[in-house]
Amino acid sequence: MSDPLLSLAGLDAHYGDFQALYGVDMDVHAGEVVAIIGANGAGKTTLMRSITGLVANQSEQIQFHGQPIGGLRADQVAYLGLAMVPEGRQLFPSLSVEENLLVGGTVGRAGPWTLAKIYSMFPILEERRKQKSTSLSGGQQQMVAIGRALLSNPDLILFDEISLGLAPVIIGDIYKALPGIISEGMTAMLVEQDISRALRVSSRFYCMQEGRVSLEGRTEDVSRDEITAAYFGVSE
Amino acid sequence: MMEWTNAIVQGILLGGLYALFAAGLSLIFGVMRLVNIAHGDLIVLAAYFGLTTTVLLGVHPFVALLFVVPVMAGLGYVLQRGLLNKTLGDDILPPLLVTFGLSVIIQNALLEGYTADPQKLNGGAIETASLQVGGLALGVLPLLTFGIAVAVIALLQWVFYATSLGRGFRAVSDNQDIAQIMGFNKSHIFGLAMALALAVTAIAGILLGMRTSFDPSVGGGRLIFGFEAVIIGGLGNLWGTLAGGVILGVAQTIGAKIDPGWQLLAGHIAFLVVLAVRPNGLFPRIDH
Amino acid sequence: MNARIVTRATRASRVAMIIGLLALIVLAAAPWWAGRADLRLMGEIFLYLSLACLWNLMAGYAGLVSVGQQAFVGFGGYMLFALTIFGGVHPIVAILIGGLLAAVLSVPIAILIFRLRGAYFAIGTWVVAEVFRLSFAQASALGGGSGSSLPVGVVKSLSESRSGREALSYWLALGAAVVVIGAVYAFLRTRRGLALTAIRDSEIAASGLGIDIWRTKLEVYVVTSAFTAIVGGLIFLQKLRISPDAAFSVNDWTAFVIFIVVIGGIGTLEGPIIGTLLFFALRETLADYGTIYLIALGAVAIVVMLKAPKGVWGLIRDRYDLELFPLSYRVRVDSNDKGA
Repeated sequence: MSDPLLSLAGLDAHYGDFQALYGVDMDVHAGEVVAIIGANGAGKTTLMRSITGLVANQSEQIQFHGQPIGGLRADQVAYLGLAMVPEGRQLFPSLSVEENLLVGGTVGRAGPWTLAKIYSMFPILEERRKQKSTSLSGGQQQMVAIGRALLSNPDLILFDEISLGLAPVIIGDIYKALPGIISEGMTAMLVEQDISRALRVSSRFYCMQEGRVSLEGRTEDVSRDEITAAYFGVSE
Repeated sequence: MMEWTNAIVQGILLGGLYALFAAGLSLIFGVMRLVNIAHGDLIVLAAYFGLTTTVLLGVHPFVALLFVVPVMAGLGYVLQRGLLNKTLGDDILPPLLVTFGLSVIIQNALLEGYTADPQKLNGGAIETASLQVGGLALGVLPLLTFGIAVAVIALLQWVFYATSLGRGFRAVSDNQDIAQIMGFNKSHIFGLAMALALAVTAIAGILLGMRTSFDPSVGGGRLIFGFEAVIIGGLGNLWGTLAGGVILGVAQTIGAKIDPGWQLLAGHIAFLVVLAVRPNGLFPRIDH
Repeated sequence: MNARIVTRATRASRVAMIIGLLALIVLAAAPWWAGRADLRLMGEIFLYLSLACLWNLMAGYAGLVSVGQQAFVGFGGYMLFALTIFGGVHPIVAILIGGLLAAVLSVPIAILIFRLRGAYFAIGTWVVAEVFRLSFAQASALGGGSGSSLPVGVVKSLSESRSGREALSYWLALGAAVVVIGAVYAFLRTRRGLALTAIRDSEIAASGLGIDIWRTKLEVYVVTSAFTAIVGGLIFLQKLRISPDAAFSVNDWTAFVIFIVVIGGIGTLEGPIIGTLLFFALRETLADYGTIYLIALGAVAIVVMLKAPKGVWGLIRDRYDLELFPLSYRVRVDSNDKGA
């Protein structure tokens, strides 16, 4: 098997005195969709913040393209081809829809995604491109957040709780768009509390509990009961 | 009647200078929520840089801008990245006290280098030239100052709302974490914002030095005028800041018309009245 | 089983209390053992100590970072002059009335400038101080911009002899420092005082506890303003001369006070005491260097703020877990009654 695109080896993360991650090991290979599942407080968000560089880590504990990035700043990591659709969308309120998308293109990496392509995927955004991002509906804001991440033409894209706070029909639409996004040669990590939806689109998964990986495997091999046990920490 | 009209017109023109004092303050507050207590001393520092340049090179103060603007911008970048970035966070004390310390350092360094003697930049014939407009004698220098203020604010407005740098300023101001994930280096962006603010400060310092005499102790007063213009106009609104400067200037010239001792007092009172009646300023930004 | 006792006092705090009392007795006797210049210097030290404790209460505990307390120092000074000269009031009574008037005056000021947040509040306080300075400069009965001196008759009403006056003004300064430190300490131990600390640590949490933040801050502002005016009155009773520029000097009554508190340790009771001692030690040794000394002072304050934000006292406390003014509760495990 080829070298992984992203590799976490014994990743620890701290907020002051509080340790949020304990020796997390993970590999993500090019072209995969990997789901990260786990209850609230399992460490999923810290994991995302560590990978993107918002939380400082030991340099060697995170490798991207075979290069240690644990000690890099978030903006340096972005230039290496890593993007995130953050939890709760977090658009820039004082920027218009189009400006939000353009901010995603700051790193200026070459690739398939352009403003025109985002607009053809989400035509409603082109209609509203001059509006403030705060005037959009939740689903439309999520489209902007996804488009913003794609415009950096990343090699790896992290989706953090993209279904949170959205109507089920909107979530369905967004998940329908995912395969098209992945097929452009991108690799994805998907953090979700909605287990079944996450497992449906992913090939492998890691389940987290209290800052550790409690179960990992191929989605097709795993039973519902095993996941439930790993998710809630129920021991037999 | 004509005298009053004259006082108001002179006040409006004076407001341009105050808007220049205020623009840098407004800009750095907008981008990084930093209030720089040393802002007034930096204006005075720029005036002294202008003095040294004009004396050493024998050039007009306007030519000195070519030197002072880049020097102040560079100083701003270094100051921000080397010192002020370390003070930013949830606690308001460090930036406040560090810039306060900076203010004392600049003031005393200027005293050490230039003594307490009042100085003035020599603008030559332009200082006394005036235009006759409808029975009013308008000084060319105040007119020019006002025109420069309008141009500077228009330029800042353009940078903020029509360039990718301005997009970066606003993105970092909105959400630092996400802006960093999008590839903006926060420290660099803040450095650039301070560089831009001190470039404006350089212009303000040179114009101040041509208009009146200055000494190392006058920085505090300039900070207060700039601050009052920002609050009167409404936080985060650059054109509002110009309006705030004009209101402050008019209040001062009208006060001085009533009694020369009342010039500054009238300006402060105008500020306090606005604060009492419209705590968010007259033209608060509405997009948040 | 071990008995657990929740207490505030520690051995260090009890020792500090005893040493403090002894020191107070020695200091109170200073007019009999200290020279004229030393007495004057010590009086000045106590007045600065009082200003520092008051500023620390506002900025370090209530989060009200003011750079305009010179408004009240100058106001207190001017009230001393106005009330004694025009009202024929005894100087000490005049100083106390000045404090009362400052309290009354500070309420509308607070209502106005509390609308400004954080650092803008700071500059707002400076504007208020400028208004005070410019207004008193207009008061021609008090000498306008050039100021005036305290008439001989008023000075003599304190005491006929010069040494008597000097001793009295020293005791007043010492008394002010003791009262201010005692009042701040007592206040911080009350429920309201604890509320203040809660405000400092988290405004949201404090409002969740049902504490009226605005009112608590207002109370602190009014009380500190009153005390600051009283200290201001004492300062100008020592100086015997007042002018707008001296009375409302941002350098003398705010910059130095801020340095004292920051270097000593902001948000601690011990900080202003240590800071005052350090400040005067530096001043007495380096004052000849003038501007260089002030540049160094500014640089030291910046370094302290960045490298040791809790100041010199913070460093000492973290190293030795000391607390001379016991504010925090400690659980002491008393192992003497083991097996009882």
